[in-house]
Order: sequence, then structure tokens, then C-alpha cells
Amino acid sequence: MKQIFTLASRNIWRNKRRTFITAGSILFAVFFAVAISSIQKGTWDHMVDSIVHYHFGYAQIHKSGYWDDKSLDNAFDPEPVTKILSDEKDIRQLVPRIESFALASSGQYTKGGMVIGIDPQRESRLTKVDGRVIEGQYLLSEDEGALVAEGMADYLKISVGDTLILISQGYHGINAAGKFPVRGLVRFGSPELSKQLIYIGLEKAKWFYGTENLITTLVVDTDKPEKIEHTVKLIRKNLGDDYEALDYKEMMPDLIQAKEVDTAGSQIILMVLYLIIGFGIFGTILMMLKEREYEFGILKAIGMRTSKLNLMLWLETILLGLIGCLAGIIVAFPLVYYFYKNPIQLSGEMANAYEKFGVEPLLPASIHPSIFITQALVVFFLITVLAIYPMIKLHRLKPVEAMRG
Amino acid sequence: MTDKKVVVSVKDVHKTYTETKVPVKALRGVTLEIKQGEFTAIVGPSGSGKTTLLNIIGGLDRPTSGEILVDGTDLSQLSDNKLIDFRKTHIGFVFQSYNLIPVLTAKENVEFVMLLQNVAQQKRDQRTKELMEAVGLGDRMHNRPSELSGGQQQRVAVARALAPKPAFVLADEPTANLDSASTANLLDIMSRLNQQEGMTFVFSTHDQRVIDRARRVITIEDGKVLSDIRK
Ligand SMILES: Nc1ncnc2c1ncn2[C@@H]1O[C@H](COP(=O)(O)OP(=O)(O)O)[C@@H](O)[C@H]1O
Ligand SMILES: [Mg+2]
Repeated sequence: MKQIFTLASRNIWRNKRRTFITAGSILFAVFFAVAISSIQKGTWDHMVDSIVHYHFGYAQIHKSGYWDDKSLDNAFDPEPVTKILSDEKDIRQLVPRIESFALASSGQYTKGGMVIGIDPQRESRLTKVDGRVIEGQYLLSEDEGALVAEGMADYLKISVGDTLILISQGYHGINAAGKFPVRGLVRFGSPELSKQLIYIGLEKAKWFYGTENLITTLVVDTDKPEKIEHTVKLIRKNLGDDYEALDYKEMMPDLIQAKEVDTAGSQIILMVLYLIIGFGIFGTILMMLKEREYEFGILKAIGMRTSKLNLMLWLETILLGLIGCLAGIIVAFPLVYYFYKNPIQLSGEMANAYEKFGVEPLLPASIHPSIFITQALVVFFLITVLAIYPMIKLHRLKPVEAMRG
Repeated sequence: MTDKKVVVSVKDVHKTYTETKVPVKALRGVTLEIKQGEFTAIVGPSGSGKTTLLNIIGGLDRPTSGEILVDGTDLSQLSDNKLIDFRKTHIGFVFQSYNLIPVLTAKENVEFVMLLQNVAQQKRDQRTKELMEAVGLGDRMHNRPSELSGGQQQRVAVARALAPKPAFVLADEPTANLDSASTANLLDIMSRLNQQEGMTFVFSTHDQRVIDRARRVITIEDGKVLSDIRK
């Protein structure tokens, strides 16, 4: 085995020019593929993650029908649900919310917004919203006050210590109105969220909306986001038809579909690129095969089995591929890393589109290992497929004919 | 000589090449025996069938009809892979030229077959050194073939052929591309290995100076044995 490896690694350097050209073409393909995949994955992950982490969570539980008709009338009692799911080990915690809309007024100015009742402690574990407070303080449990998003506060011209008046329609159409001292201002990267959000304490929200002990939403907090689809399935089975459980993909199907279409598109482009490079490598292999026919004849004559010869040839091409692939990754990494640390800032139309989804208009690159591993696997696979033809050739090669020249 | 072991036995071998437009009858009923320790030249004009015969004896090609026994093994009974293994262990080859693997040093070329046979390193090193010294290239162990003259390359090829201690060494016109000094030198070495180690050599040639050095001369013409003279 060491012998074959020695042969293969030395054979690579026999024709340096050809090795450089071949490895160079692989380098180019890998560089390109890494750059494209990285920006793409980074951008989409950023988008999905932002939405998931700022707000949605990986999954939510509601009363059946709430997602299509987000009305307070679809509120439910979380007690039985919490009890049923208390043994589910992939659920870290269930975070209760009451989500609805209200008119917010500072007296002088009035604006519609999303007024969400939260359990301050649980919510901070889930969305780290406490870290977004830029002025004043985060809500205490049983707090009577409100947290106002920066954009909303600007519009209403209020700040910490002022009083906010909220007016809405509560549970089963009752009138809802209340005064809330502003405890703090929170900042969101997304201007859309910033213009809209107001947080109040959960108990106060129950009182305000008149839901008694009912809530609209239980957010599922998990340590294992990659298993969320499975977890949601379990939740559904346990809760039955009275409730609905949705994972983040189901909560934003348009976005997930757009992501998949976009990713598939660039994957086709990369496939074509690899195909072209593959033809180049194949040409190299054919030339090499022709040039070394005599030598292969000698090797077979003096007792080298075809299988070892094949292994040698495969190793040669794999080494060549590996050199190209590594070089491509090494060249691409600094670039990708730069855009990972310094995401591209979007502006204009694009930025607006992002903000509609409630996402900061950034295009970060991803440095997820899967991007690099994928390219290495593609090159490995490509070369192994390309090596099939020479292997057949070597199998059929007869020393006598090969050496007649 | 009659008590010596028969290494190669060729019985009524015919070989007809059919890939050509007109079939070529390269061998037409060759029968001969090679015994252990012989130093045999296969002689004949170009196209007489020397290469064809050596290829068949060496298990590189299969006859159209007839039987080949090497060391008692009927080569026609071996599968392609088994034939490769058989060549590795029983037959040493020296070809006309470009015998050596260009990316390996002289030493590595010589130990190549031993490595294929998984011979232990110490044994390998010792044998390689012995053989390189026997062919007068003890100081050229680490040179690549391109750094050696044609004559030196052929001597390395002889060393490589001997390395696995084969039943015999086949050499098809080993001196065809050598000048007369190198030719004489190579024959000296082969002859010495034959006399001192008892290695059996079968080589083809149409060079009179080489024929003179042989101790048995088999002449073939038009694919048939014309004469077989032991000196
Ligand atoms: N692969 C082949 N296909 C067709 N004819 C061949 C082939 N190899 C050799 N011959 C023919 O067989 C005859 C014997 O050739 P060869 O054994 O090479 O003779 P020598 O080695 O004595 O010169 C020649 O007529 C040659 O042209
Ligand atoms: Mg010949």
C-alpha cells in the first residue's frame, strides 16, 4: 500500500505543467463553488435564523385554527398542554404569549402596533429580548409596565418613565384599554419590527385583553433545532386535534420555498461548472493513459495485479483532486471569512424586501463546515467516476500489446 | 545435464495472430525444453518468431494450441490474475528497453517485485544491495533511470528480474539497444550470475557476439526450430 502511494504521489509530479493546469482548474471550480454556496447559505440562514430567533421560535403551539385566524377568540388554556408535554425531553421550555394588535397612544400621537404579552423570564431565555434593551430596564415578572420598540417610541415621542395608553378589542369583543408606564426601549435590527412592537407582562396582558387565564401562543424552545420536525410530530400526536403545532418552516412556507428554489438554482450552475471541469480532468487522464501505456505493460508483466494498478491510478487522480480542492478552499476561505465577519449591507429595494420579513438587511457569508465538506465530496465523487474508464482500460490492457508500442 | 530439473517445457506450440487482415502464423509447432542452469540463446532473423515464443513461455501471451509447463505448472490452466501472480514469483523479465519505472530509483525498481510480495524490509534491503553490487551498480542505488546509461538501466533490469529468485530469467533482445562495450558487460554479468548462482537464462538475439557467449543456441526460422546446439 505504501508502495502504491509512493508511486502515485511521484507520478503526479512527472508532468508538472499538466498537474498545475488540472489542479488549477479544480481550484477554480472549488473556489467558485465555495464562494457561491457560502454567500447563499449565509444569507438564507441569516434570514431564517433572524426570524426564528427574534420572534417565531423553532415551533409554536396554538389552539387549532389560530394560525389561519389570528384572533384572540382562538386563545386557549396552556395548563393541560404544559402537563401533557412535561416529559418531552427535547423541549427545553414552553414560552407563553398573548399576541394581538392595539392602538398605542402617547396622548399626542397614536399608532397601531403589535402588543405582546410575555413572561419576562421565559421570553428572555428564548429570544434574549432583555439584551435588546437600550434604555431603561427590562420587564420584571408581574410587571405593570411596557417595553416599547425604538421606532415606535420615536413615532410616539415617548421615552422611559412616560405613560403609554393602549386601546384594543379584547377577548370576545370586550373593550380593552389600559395605561402602561414605559419601562424601557428595545432595539431591533429590523425596522419593521422596530416600528411595531410593544411588550407587556403576561399577567397584565391577560387583564388587558380580558382573556382570564388564556393565552394565544406557546413557543417551543429546544436545544435540538435540527430535530424540530420530529419533535413537532410528537407534540401533535400527544395533543390531538384541539391544538395545532407548527415548526418554523410551516410558519414561513414562502420563505422556505424561496430558499429552496434559490439554492437549487445555484446548485445547477455549480453542477454545470463541475461538469466542464470534469471533461478537462478526463482529457488529462486520457493523455496520461496513452503516454504511460508501455509502463503499465511492464508493471503488469512483472507481476502487478490490475487491482493494484487501478488503485494507483485512482490515488493519483484523487491526490490531484485533493490538491486542487484544498487549494481552492485555502484561497476561498479568507474571502468567505471576511464577508462572514463583515456582511454586505443591503440598501434600496432589496433592503425593503428584507425588512418586510422582519430581517436585518445583511448578506453575511457562512463558514459552516458543510460548505467545504460538500465541495471536497463533489470532487472526490467526480474523480472516482472519471477514474472508471481508465480502470476498464487497464483491466483490458495486455502487456504484450502495450509494449509493442 | 540430463539429471537437471526441467524448468520450461514447450510442446507443439502454435501461435497464429488473427487480429491482422491476413492471419500470421508466427509459431508452427515448437517443441523444446529448458533445464535448470542453462544459458540459452534463441536465435533467428527478425520476424522468425523469437519474441512470440518468449512471450508465450513467459506467460505474457497465450498460444493458439500446444502446451506450456513452467516449473511443472500448465500455464493454460491459470486465470489472468493467477498468471500475473505466477509471473511475479516464477519469472524474471528483461525487455529490450525502458524496463524501469521512471519515478522509482534503481534500488526501488529492484525491490519493486519483492514489495509486491510483502518481503520484509531487512531482507529486501539486503537482497537489493547484493544484486546491485552483483550488476556492478552498488554506487547507483539512488539514481533514477533517467540518470543512468542504457547499459546501466539494463543491468538494473537484470537485478530486478533476479530479485524474487525466479525459476528463470527471460530476456528479449536485451542488448539490442546497447553499444558493444555495454553488451559485453551485460553478458559478463548474466554469465556470471548463471555460473555462480545457477540462474537459468533464456534470451533472444540476432547479434553474433551475443550468440557466441551462449552455451546453448536454439535457432528458429519461420516459427519452427531449425537447430538446437549445446556447446
Ligand atoms: N501482435 C501481432 N499481430 C500480428 N502479427 C504479429 C504480431 N506480433 C508479431 N507478429 C508477426 O509474427 C511474426 C513473428 O514476430 P516476432 O515474434 O516478433 O518475431 P521476432 O521477435 O523474431 O522478430 C512476424 O511476422 C510478425 O510480423
Ligand atoms: Mg522480437
